[in-house]
Amino acid sequence: MTTEQKQEYDVLGTRPIRHDGTDKVTGRAQYGADLQLPRMIHGAILRSPYAHAKIVSIDTSQAESLAGVHAVVTGADMPEVESRVANLGETSVDVDYLSQNVLARNKVFYKGHTVAAVAAENAHLAEEAARLIRVEYEPLPVVLNVQDAIRDDAVLLHERLKTQSLGLDSSEKPSNIAKYFLYEKGNLDEGFQNATVVVEREFRTATVHQGYIEPHNATALWNLDGHLTVWTSTQGAFMARDQLSDVLDLPVSRITVVPMEIGGGFGGKIAVYMQPLAALLSKKSGRPVKMLMDRASCFEATGPTPGSVIKVKMGADAEGKITAAKAELYYEAGAFPGSPVNPGCMCIFACYDFPHAKVEGYDVVVNKPRTNAYRAPGSTNAAFATETVIDELCEKLAIDPLVFRLKNAAKEGTRRVDGPQFSRIGMWETVDAIRQCDHAKSSKDARQPNIVDGMEYAYGRGVASGFWFNAGLRSSVTATVRPDGTVSLVEGSTDIGGTRTSIAMQLAETLGIAAEDVQPTVADTDGVGYTDVTGGSRTTYATGWAAYEAAKDIVRQLIERAAEIWETDPENITYNNGTVCGPDNRSLSFKEFAKKLNKTGGPITGRGVSDHNEPGGAFATHLVDVAVDQETGKVEIVRYTAAQDVGKAIHPAYVEGQMQGGVVQGIGWALNEEYIYDEQGAMQNPTFLDYRMPTCLDVPMIETLIVEVANPGHPYGVRGAGEVPIVPPPAAIANAIYNAVGIRMTELPMSPPRLLHEMSK
Amino acid sequence: MPKVYIPPLLQKITDGQDMIESLGKTVADVIDDLEIQFPGIKKQLCEGNELKPGLNISVDGKISSRGLLQKLDENCEVHFLPSVGGG
Repeated sequence: MTTEQKQEYDVLGTRPIRHDGTDKVTGRAQYGADLQLPRMIHGAILRSPYAHAKIVSIDTSQAESLAGVHAVVTGADMPEVESRVANLGETSVDVDYLSQNVLARNKVFYKGHTVAAVAAENAHLAEEAARLIRVEYEPLPVVLNVQDAIRDDAVLLHERLKTQSLGLDSSEKPSNIAKYFLYEKGNLDEGFQNATVVVEREFRTATVHQGYIEPHNATALWNLDGHLTVWTSTQGAFMARDQLSDVLDLPVSRITVVPMEIGGGFGGKIAVYMQPLAALLSKKSGRPVKMLMDRASCFEATGPTPGSVIKVKMGADAEGKITAAKAELYYEAGAFPGSPVNPGCMCIFACYDFPHAKVEGYDVVVNKPRTNAYRAPGSTNAAFATETVIDELCEKLAIDPLVFRLKNAAKEGTRRVDGPQFSRIGMWETVDAIRQCDHAKSSKDARQPNIVDGMEYAYGRGVASGFWFNAGLRSSVTATVRPDGTVSLVEGSTDIGGTRTSIAMQLAETLGIAAEDVQPTVADTDGVGYTDVTGGSRTTYATGWAAYEAAKDIVRQLIERAAEIWETDPENITYNNGTVCGPDNRSLSFKEFAKKLNKTGGPITGRGVSDHNEPGGAFATHLVDVAVDQETGKVEIVRYTAAQDVGKAIHPAYVEGQMQGGVVQGIGWALNEEYIYDEQGAMQNPTFLDYRMPTCLDVPMIETLIVEVANPGHPYGVRGAGEVPIVPPPAAIANAIYNAVGIRMTELPMSPPRLLHEMSK
Repeated sequence: MPKVYIPPLLQKITDGQDMIESLGKTVADVIDDLEIQFPGIKKQLCEGNELKPGLNISVDGKISSRGLLQKLDENCEVHFLPSVGGG
């Protein structure tokens, strides 16, 4: 671990046992599928077999007449909502498109698009009833990639969709290009004129899924008093509530969302899918309705991250200083607008400090499921392009890739292509951490011989860097002091990566008590103040800050109470390391004071709210050694080291886990994962058998280097850690493959057939 | 005076200027000031009395949640950025 001005803490930086650990490993933790309610019935979905088709008619009569069926809903049951853009925490969405994605109206836009939903006595009966629904379709031509979608004669998905720039129509005719983004700084021509070497390449990436192990689920009760309660696996209970409000045209005061434990999200459990359907079925049937999504539907009908086409041109002078760069990014939005092409544009050159740049981004609709966030959305695609081009520049200039990055690293004051300047950041420090680590000093050919079991391997080493913004947004907590000196902490952030504990630790540090003496609870939307999504690597930063504020509020009240008890002024009271001190050497520990509270004025509850938006930005640099089987094209990860600036590692084990998890997902993205479609737009591999994600048998132990360049925008220096580790792996591995076999891969995944094909040319 | 950076797509309205200094003390003031100098720019940035959905204000690198109400320091930098969602 490398640190800058390391500050000593009692709790922060330690590794207490996670508060939810016992329940999680004993099976007691309650996930969405575990929920049982009295008189509960079960829902099933009828999905479109076509990737693009008009819905001519829907006949639900046979389904409705099947014994045991309680309700059937179609698009006709959905409230009509106007086309308007709603802010949903981090991002925005057109409510009409959101509603259409939940349940199709006149058209279906991807295979798997929901056409109808049924509620029946049991799940099997519901599925049988769904199959009885007769839908007449008029199939339409499909558009499956950006190149086809942007042609002048392309089949249009939406007749009303025109290209928008900064929210206003910039195209006269309808288009499959939903949005256009442009960022510029300096003078591009001048920059390229100053370059000694210029590299220009085009890259492609495929649609990739977040791969959460727990499928989507929702249970809804639309009570007779008109109040809707939804239990669901979600990254944001309040965001789910707001989406339900918009889609169902129901005031938020009549909706409660109860977040269940979540088995992975990674950005894929922010949008609602089945929640509104379960709600409508409950409303129609008068019963609680539970819906579980199968794995194929998770692939075909939720929100994977987009495939993309990215062109990057970059120039550098003879000393290895970048002089200029330009990029064009085309991202598949899926059926409705809203791909992460904009963050891709903002991230693509963020790691580097150079004066002249131009970036253009295109959000393109195609007949695939509507894309959604996946861990630093948009940035991984962009980094694959930029970091590969940089590797080629380094080769042409005969400059070590780490030295090149040190020379060009973004730093405090660097102006991004989208405009703002960085505050204190740790890009340089992550590169330096890699340069000095054991891995970098070891031989890439450490595993000898290069012929193993008759197979000939080539070894290579590659490096890449990456960036993600992180988010701030809003969080609320309350913290109540119990008579035994422990604290009940109520917060609204779904725990998808250990944040219960990292938030509790920040409260504990501020109060001067043990982390084990704080008991965190994730509340529903009626039990805590508004809290934005668990995403954007914001939770330890923002909800942790709210906990810090709650702790300070408790301290303030303790001081006031002590002043009353000791009959002095609050100015004569201090609070240090869990002890209240007053005049004449009087003192009370936190635990001692807690026993007295009910008899000296009542319980003490602290409240904390965070609306801070200085998350600081996160940088990572990765180093990887690969072994390429030259007969099969299979790439083995031999050794992998990830260095990342986390500001302050509140719980180092969790930070390491985030880094390792992100790296492994990035490895899967690099080497195997892709949606394979036939010409009609049907996904051919919607199971974990054929959509091959890495398991622990496929990767070595990922070595982690935690770099701590304190974020000046947080009381404990925290930067979000969850997303940036997925950004560098594909480029690092591509660069290692080139180092091994001399093939510059420009398309993901770099699967065995694809690499073998390139090697055979 | 606050420095207001104009997005490239709007620079056709500001005669190619990429940065304008404004006397505004809030973001609302700044936008009104820009509208006086460059008619038509306000409707690109605002919807009614609020910032357009999906548009953020960055002040000295920090995203503001206060929209048009955001107060501005004497020497700050203001940028208009599309909102970015994480995962």
